[in-house]
Amino acid sequence: MNQTHADNAHAGGDQAVTLYGLLAEYQDAEALVAAARRCREAGYTAMDAFSPYPIEALDEALGIGRTRLPLFVAVAAVVGGLGGYFLQYYTAVIDYPWMIGGKPLHSWPMFLPITFECTILVAGLAAAVTMIALNKLPEPYHPLFNVPEFERASQDRLFLCIEASDPKFDAVKTSAFLTELGAREVTHVYP
Amino acid sequence: MSQAQLDQSVDLEALRAKLAGKQGRQYWRSLEELAQTPEFRAYVDNEFAAGAPEWDDRFSRRSFLQIMGASLALAGLSAGCTRQPEEKIVPYVKQPEYVVPGKPMYFATSDVLAGYGRGLLVQSNDGRPTKIDGNPDHPASPGPFAPQKAGMTFGAADIYAIASILGMYDPDRSQAVKYLGEYNTWTAFTTVMSNAAEKIGTQQGQGLYLLTETVTSPTLIAQMQALLAKYPKAVWTQHEPVNRDQSRQGAMLAFGEDAQAVYHFDRAARIVAVDSDFVTTGPASVRQAHDFAAGRRVRAGIAAGEMNRLYAVESTLTSTGATADHRLALSPAEIDRFVRLLAAKLGISVGQVEPGAVDAEFVEVVAQDLAEHAGRGLVITGEGQPAHVHALVHAINEKLGNHGPNRPIEFIEPVAASLDQGQSLRDLVKAIDQNLVETLIVLGGNPVYNAPADLSFKAHYEKVQTRIHLGLYEDETAALSHWHIPQAHLLESWSDARSVDGTVGIIQPLIAPLYNGKTAHDLLTVLLGEGGRNGQRLVQDYWKTQISGAEFEKAWRKALHDGVVPGTQRAAKAVTAKAAVDLPRLSAARAANDQVDIILRPDPSVWDGRFANNGWLQELPRPITKLTWDNALLVSPATARDLGAKNGDVLDLTSGAYRLAAPVFITPGHADGCMTLHLGYGRMRAGHVGTNVGANAYALRQTDQPWVVRDVKVAHTGRTHQLVDSQKHHSMENRDLVRGGTLDEFLHNPASIAKSHHEDNLHLSLYEPYKFTGTQWAMTIDLTACIGCNACTIACQSENNIPVVGKAQVAVGREMHWIRVDHYYSNDANHPDPNQPESEFQPVTCMHCENAPCEVVCPVGATQHSDDGLNDMVYNRCIGTRYCSNNCPYKVRRFNFLEYQRPVAESLQLMQNPNVTVRMRGVMEKCTYCVQRISAARIGAKKRGITDPSISAGGDEDYNILDGEVVTACQAACPTQAIIFGNMNDPSSQVAQSRLPHQPHNYGMLTELNTRPRTTYLARVRNVHPKLAAATHEEHY
Amino acid sequence: MEMPKRSRMQVLKHGHDFESVTHIVSAFPLTKRPPRGWFLAFGAAFSLMLVLMYSVGVLFLKGVGVWGINIPVAWGFAIINFVWWIGIGHAGTLISAILFLFRQDWRTSINRFAEAMTLFAVACAGLFPLLHLGRPQKFYYIMPYPDTLGLWPQWRSPLVWDVFAVSTYGTISLVFWYVGLIPDVATMRDRASNRLVKTIYGIMAMGWRGSARHWHRYQTAYLLLAGLATPLVVSVHTVVSFDFAVSNLPGWHTTIFPPYFVAGAVYSGFAMVITLVLPVRAIFGFKDFITEKHMNNMAKVMLATGLIVAYGYIMELFMAWYSANPYEQAVFFQTRWQGPYAWSYWSLIACNIIIPQLLWFRWVRLNPYVLWIVAIIINIGMWLERFVIVITSQHRDFLPSSWDSYWPTVYDYTLFLGTLGLFFSLLFLFIRVLPMISIFELRELVAHHTQEEAWHGANTGEVPPGTGAARGETET
Repeated sequence: MNQTHADNAHAGGDQAVTLYGLLAEYQDAEALVAAARRCREAGYTAMDAFSPYPIEALDEALGIGRTRLPLFVAVAAVVGGLGGYFLQYYTAVIDYPWMIGGKPLHSWPMFLPITFECTILVAGLAAAVTMIALNKLPEPYHPLFNVPEFERASQDRLFLCIEASDPKFDAVKTSAFLTELGAREVTHVYP
Repeated sequence: MSQAQLDQSVDLEALRAKLAGKQGRQYWRSLEELAQTPEFRAYVDNEFAAGAPEWDDRFSRRSFLQIMGASLALAGLSAGCTRQPEEKIVPYVKQPEYVVPGKPMYFATSDVLAGYGRGLLVQSNDGRPTKIDGNPDHPASPGPFAPQKAGMTFGAADIYAIASILGMYDPDRSQAVKYLGEYNTWTAFTTVMSNAAEKIGTQQGQGLYLLTETVTSPTLIAQMQALLAKYPKAVWTQHEPVNRDQSRQGAMLAFGEDAQAVYHFDRAARIVAVDSDFVTTGPASVRQAHDFAAGRRVRAGIAAGEMNRLYAVESTLTSTGATADHRLALSPAEIDRFVRLLAAKLGISVGQVEPGAVDAEFVEVVAQDLAEHAGRGLVITGEGQPAHVHALVHAINEKLGNHGPNRPIEFIEPVAASLDQGQSLRDLVKAIDQNLVETLIVLGGNPVYNAPADLSFKAHYEKVQTRIHLGLYEDETAALSHWHIPQAHLLESWSDARSVDGTVGIIQPLIAPLYNGKTAHDLLTVLLGEGGRNGQRLVQDYWKTQISGAEFEKAWRKALHDGVVPGTQRAAKAVTAKAAVDLPRLSAARAANDQVDIILRPDPSVWDGRFANNGWLQELPRPITKLTWDNALLVSPATARDLGAKNGDVLDLTSGAYRLAAPVFITPGHADGCMTLHLGYGRMRAGHVGTNVGANAYALRQTDQPWVVRDVKVAHTGRTHQLVDSQKHHSMENRDLVRGGTLDEFLHNPASIAKSHHEDNLHLSLYEPYKFTGTQWAMTIDLTACIGCNACTIACQSENNIPVVGKAQVAVGREMHWIRVDHYYSNDANHPDPNQPESEFQPVTCMHCENAPCEVVCPVGATQHSDDGLNDMVYNRCIGTRYCSNNCPYKVRRFNFLEYQRPVAESLQLMQNPNVTVRMRGVMEKCTYCVQRISAARIGAKKRGITDPSISAGGDEDYNILDGEVVTACQAACPTQAIIFGNMNDPSSQVAQSRLPHQPHNYGMLTELNTRPRTTYLARVRNVHPKLAAATHEEHY
Repeated sequence: MEMPKRSRMQVLKHGHDFESVTHIVSAFPLTKRPPRGWFLAFGAAFSLMLVLMYSVGVLFLKGVGVWGINIPVAWGFAIINFVWWIGIGHAGTLISAILFLFRQDWRTSINRFAEAMTLFAVACAGLFPLLHLGRPQKFYYIMPYPDTLGLWPQWRSPLVWDVFAVSTYGTISLVFWYVGLIPDVATMRDRASNRLVKTIYGIMAMGWRGSARHWHRYQTAYLLLAGLATPLVVSVHTVVSFDFAVSNLPGWHTTIFPPYFVAGAVYSGFAMVITLVLPVRAIFGFKDFITEKHMNNMAKVMLATGLIVAYGYIMELFMAWYSANPYEQAVFFQTRWQGPYAWSYWSLIACNIIIPQLLWFRWVRLNPYVLWIVAIIINIGMWLERFVIVITSQHRDFLPSSWDSYWPTVYDYTLFLGTLGLFFSLLFLFIRVLPMISIFELRELVAHHTQEEAWHGANTGEVPPGTGAARGETET
C-alpha cells in the first residue's frame, strides 16, 4: 500500500491523497546538517531530521530551542525534598509524637537522609517522564513508519523530512530542492 | 493418632453429658462412678493407646475445666473463676465478697524442701495459681527489712519454691492410678487395700513397711502414730537423700544427745562458713541469706562495726564462697585439718596437728577475729562434713560463747524425728533380705533412683511381694511398683509442715487436683480404715486437738490466713558440749595422681533430682558455672591440668565396685585434688524434660561415705559431651563493670570505690536533655548483697511467661531470661592465683536507659519510651530486625528466634500470667520493670484518686503511686533485698534513697556511652581483714 | 600507518561502521535459538535459584532461628550479603553516571552491561532486609502509610533511611537503564524479523524514531539523570554504612564508614564488572568494543578505590589507638587480630590490600586471565570485609558476660548461593533479550572515529558493509 503511494508520487500522478511530507536521505552527518541548514535558510520551518545517533549540530541547524525539561525537574526536586521532610515532621511531631531515645520530637539532623532520597527520587522520575511526555511518546503510529527505508533511521541512515503542513511546501519544488541539496533519494510520505 | 483424637473428643462429649448438671458436692462421687463407665474406660484407653503419656496435650481448655469439676461448684459465677476446690479456704488479702474476675487473690500456704516447710504466698488468677512468692509471715521466707509504706508485702523465696508452680502444671505428672502398669482406679485400690489391711491387722502389721521421706507434718506424724498403734509390728522407715544425719551424729558427739541448731546470722559480726553454703542450700537458706544480708547493708554513714565479715572455707566454689570477704579453697581432708587447727588456736584440745597445706596465717587471723568477737561470732559447717567436724565446730562455738539465747546460735529439739536415716534405710534393705517385708508402701520419694549405690535398692525392692508407690511422677520407683498412685501436688493438697525452727505452716490447696492425685494422708486413711475423711477434715481435726476448742474456728481461720500456726516453733534447748571430742586420724590429702575425692552436693537447680523435670530449673544457669541442662565434674584448672582433662571430656570414675562416667567442667576457685558432682541427674524416668540429663551421682554414693567419695580412680574415656553454659567468658577484661572496694576505702572515701576509669564526660548531646517529671521508675541493685542465687531469674520467668528454649537453643546463645546474674572471676594483689580468683555477681536486666540506644534504631517504633521512664516493647508492632539488640550495650534483649511459645500442653497455658502478653515467633522481648504490676498499681492509685504535687506532675494520668505499691517480681523474690525499685522522683522512696547523691557508691554501668541507665548499682564492699588485705581492689577490675 | 600503541589502547577497534556495530551487538538477542552454551549457563544459574526458593521456604516456615544468629550476634549472613550486593551494584551507576558526566568515552561499551548488573545486584540485595526480619509478613510496617494503629515509621532509624535509599536507588537505576535502552530497542524493533518480537520491542521503544528534537530532550534528560544518580549512588552506600556507624557498637561506631563504604562499593563493583565482562567479551566477540583500554582503566579504578579502602582500614586502627577507647581497642587489636575470627580479618587484608597491589603492573592490568583472578579475589575480599565488620564487632562487645560466637548454618549458605543464582539467571536473560552494549553510543564513537580518520587524511568512505556483516556472521 505504501509502496503504491510512493510509486504514484514518482509518476507525479494523482495528488488526491494528501501528502504528509517529503523524506530525503543523506549520505552522512555533514550532508544532513548542511541540508537542514539550507532548508531553514530557504524558510522551511515544519521539518525534522532523523538519525540513529544524536547529532548535536542539528539542534542549531534546525533551530531547536532549549527544552523546558530542566525546569520541570528542578520543580520536582523541590517538591520531593519538601514533601519528604514534611512527611517526617508531620508524622513524628504532629500526628503521633513519641519519645525516642531521649531525643526531641523534631530531631532534624536525622530527618535529612530521607529528605535527600525523596528529592532524588521525584526529580529522577520527573526527568524521565517529562522527556517522554514532551516527546509525545508513546506514539505507536507515525506516517514516517510507512516508508520502508525509514527503519534504517534507527540503524545507519540519516533522513531529513519536510512536512506538507509547511507553508512553503510544494511537493515538486521541495522535492527538487532536497535533491539538489545532495539527497540520495526523496520519498513521498503519506499519512 | 488423629483417629484417636476423634474418638477421644466424642467420648469427651459423653463425659460432659455425664457431668452436666452435677453440683460440686456430688462431683467427686460422680467422677468415681464415671471411672467405671464404659465411656471413661474407652476415653482413657484410646487416650493412652495413642501412646502419648501427656494426656493433656489434646486436653481442650473446656474439657479441662469440667474435669476439674470445681467449675461445677462455682458454675453460678461469671466465667473464669472456676477451679476452686469446694472447701472454704481463706484468701490472704481482704477477700472480695465475690471473686472478681481478673482480680488476683493471694493465698498463704507452704511447700516442703528436704522435709521442712517454707511459707508461700500464691497468686491465684480466676482460680488458677499462677505465681509463687514467699509468705512474709513465715519464718522461712522473710519479707523486706523495712516495712513498706503501702502495697502488698511479699516474702522472699528460693528457686525451688517459685518453680514449683511449673511442677504442679507439669503435663508429665502421673495422672492415673496404675496396677501392674495398667490403668486402674482409686476405688479399686481402696477396696484392695482395705481387704489387705484386714489381713495385715490380723498379724498386727507384721510385714507392713512404710517408706517416707523426712516428715515434719504434725498431721501425718499423728496419722503414722495411729497407724503404728493399730499395727504395732509395722515399720516406718524415713529416707531423704539430703538429710541431717551428719549434723545429728555431730550433735551426739558434741552434746551426747541430738539437738538442732538454729542460726541467727543477723546476730553475728564474724561468720566462718566451713564447707557450708548456708545462703543458697537447704530449707533454711532463704532465712539465713536474709539475716546474713541484714548485717551487710552498706549505706552512706554506716560505722565500721555495722558490717559483718564472712570467711568461707570450702572445696566447691559456692554462692557463699563467692559472697565471702575471704575465701580459702581446701580439699575435704584439708578442711578437717583447718577446723582442727582453728580449734587448737582457740585452745580446744585436738592433739598435734600439722598445718599441712592450710594457710597458717589465715587460721591465725580467723581465730583472732573470732576471739575478738566472742559471743558475736558464728561458725557453721555443712552437711557434707563428717560428724567430728560438726562436733568440733560446736565445741568452737561453745568456747566462744556463740551458743545460747540471743546469741547467734540457738539449739532446739530436732524438728523432724531424730533418727539415722542412712541406718533406717539399711535396716529396711536387711529386712527385705530376710523376706520380712510383705508390703512396702513408698509414700512419696523415689528410693529406686536416689538410694545409695551400695544398698542396690533396686534389686531389693523388686523382691518385695506387694509394692505400692505414691508419687508425683511415674518415676523409677513407680515403674517397679505393683500399685502406683498419682500424688497430689502440695498446691493441690491439704496438709501442714514444720519449718526448720519448728513453726507450723498450714498447706491449703489452691486448686482441685489436676490429675485427681492423692496425698499421703488419703492413703493412710485407707490403711486406717477411715476412708471417708478428706484432707481438710484430717488437718482440721488434728489441729482441733492442738488448739483450744472455743477459739478454734477463729484461730483456724487466722492460721489459714497467715499461713502459720502461732507459737508452734520449737522451744530453745540448753546443751553443753563435752570436754573433748575424740577425733579420727587425719586422712591423707590425696592418695595418688589418678585419684581424686568426689564431693557430692545437692544440685543448685534440681536439688536431689525431684525437680529434674522442671524446665525452668534445668535451663536456669547454675550460680557460678552458668552451666545449664547438665551436671558435670567441677574441677580446678590445676587439677584438670594434672589429669589432662579439658571441658567436656568424659571421665570414667571408679570407686570400688561403683562406676560412673561424667564430663569435666573446669571451674576456677574449686579446691585442688578433688571434684564436685551434683546429685539429681541421670534420671531414667523423669519425664520429657529431665530424662537422660546429666550423670547420676547416686551411682557413686555409698552409705558410709554419703557426701565425699574418697580416692576415686579417674580414667579418660576419650569421649566428649557437649556442656552448655549461658556465659562463656568470666573475665571482666579490665572493664569497670562491677565496681567495688574494701569497707575501709568506703568509710574513708565512699565515692572512690564506684569511680569509673573513664571520666564521665556525660550529657553531651546535640539536643536539649529531656526533662523527666512526675513518676519516674528506677531500680538499684546492691552488689554487696547479691548472692547469685537466681531467685530473681526464676521469679521473672514465672511472672513474665518466659519460655524454656531447651539445651540446643541455649547452646547457640538463645536463652530468654530477662534478668540474668552475670558472674566474673577477678584477681588482685590479694588473690594473684588464677586458680583461686575472687568472684563477683552482677544481676543484669534492662537498664531502661533515658537515652535508650535501642529505641533510636527501631525502624517501626516498636520500642519507645513511656512518660514514666520505661523503655517499652510493643510486641505486636515489632517486625524483628534485631537492630535494637545490636545497639544495646547491655545485651539484655531476648529474641524469639523460633516459635518458643508453642503450647506443649494446655495445662502450661493455664499456668501463664494473664496480664503478660505471650510473645510470638520473630519478636523481640526484654525486661519491662513488670509494667503489668505498675499498671495495676496505677489503677489502684486512680481509684484512690489522690495526687501529690511533690511527686507527680499533677497530670491527669499521673496519680501518686506510693512507695512499695509496685514490687517487681525479682525484687519480691530476692532473699537479700539486693533489688530496690520505685519512683526516683519521690524523694522519700527507697530507690531515691539508694541513688546518688544519697549513696556515693551508686553507679551506672557503661554510663560513658551516655545511655543514662535507670537501673544502677551499689558498688560491692568487702569487709576484708587488714591482716589479709593487700592493696586496694582498684586494679583487678 | 597506525602506531601499534594507539591501536592497542583505543576505545573502539576501527574499521567499524554503523551497520557492523549494530549487527554485532544486536545479533545475539535476535538469533532464533541461542547456542547450547547459553542454555547450560542459564540452567546452572536457575537451579541455584531453586536452592534460593528452598532456603527461603524453610526460613518462612521455621523462622530466622534456622540461621546461625543469636544474641549477641543478631545479624549474620543476611546483612553481610545485603551490603555486599548493594556494593556490587554501585559500579554500574558509577560507570553510567559519573563517567558520563566526566565524558569518559570508554564507558560507552560497558555501561549498559554494568547498569544491568546494578539492577540485578540491587534486586538480590533487596531480598535480604525482608528475609532477615523476624516477622517478614509485617515488612510493610516500615513503609509510611496511614495504618489502623495510627503509627508511622520511626524516622531516626537508619533502617528506614535504608528502605528509602535502596528503593530510590533501585527505581532511579531502572529508569536510567530504560531511558538508555529506548533508542536501542527501536533499533531492535526495526531489525527484528519475527512479528511478536518486533511488537514487544516496538512497545518498549514507544515509537522512538530518532527525531532530532527527541534526541535533544533525550540527551538533556539523560544528562540530568546522570547528574541525579551521581549523588544518589554516593548517598546509598553512605546510608548503608549508617546502619553500622549510627549504632554504638565498637567497630561499627566509626565516622570514617561512609567514605570507605562508598569506596569499597565501587571497588567491589568494578571487580564484579571485570569478573563478568571479560568472559562475555571473549564469548561474544566484543574484543573490538571492550578493548584493553577498558581493562586498563577499570583496573586503575580498582587500584585507586582499593587504596582508599586500605586507608579506611588503617584509619580505623589509628582512631582506635588514638581515641584510647578501651572497647574499640579491644575489638580491633584483640578480637579482630587474635580472636576466633582472626582468620577472616587477615584473609581480608590479603584479598583487599596485598594482592590487588599487582595492579600497579601494566601487564597485570592487560592480561585478561590475571586480571580476572585478581577481580575474583577482590570480590571475595569485599565479602570478607563485611563479614569482619558484622560478625567480629557483634560477637564481643561491651559486656564480656554476653560474648558468644556465630557459626552459619546450611540455610545461611544456601541463601547466599541462591542469590548468586538469582543474579546470574537475570543476567543471562538480559543477555538473551537485550543489546548488551549501547548501540547508539557505539555509533557516536564510529562517527567520531570517521571524523578522526578524515583528519588523519584517511579515506572517509564507508568501510564496505560486508566486512562488518561478515564479522557478525562469524561471531554468531
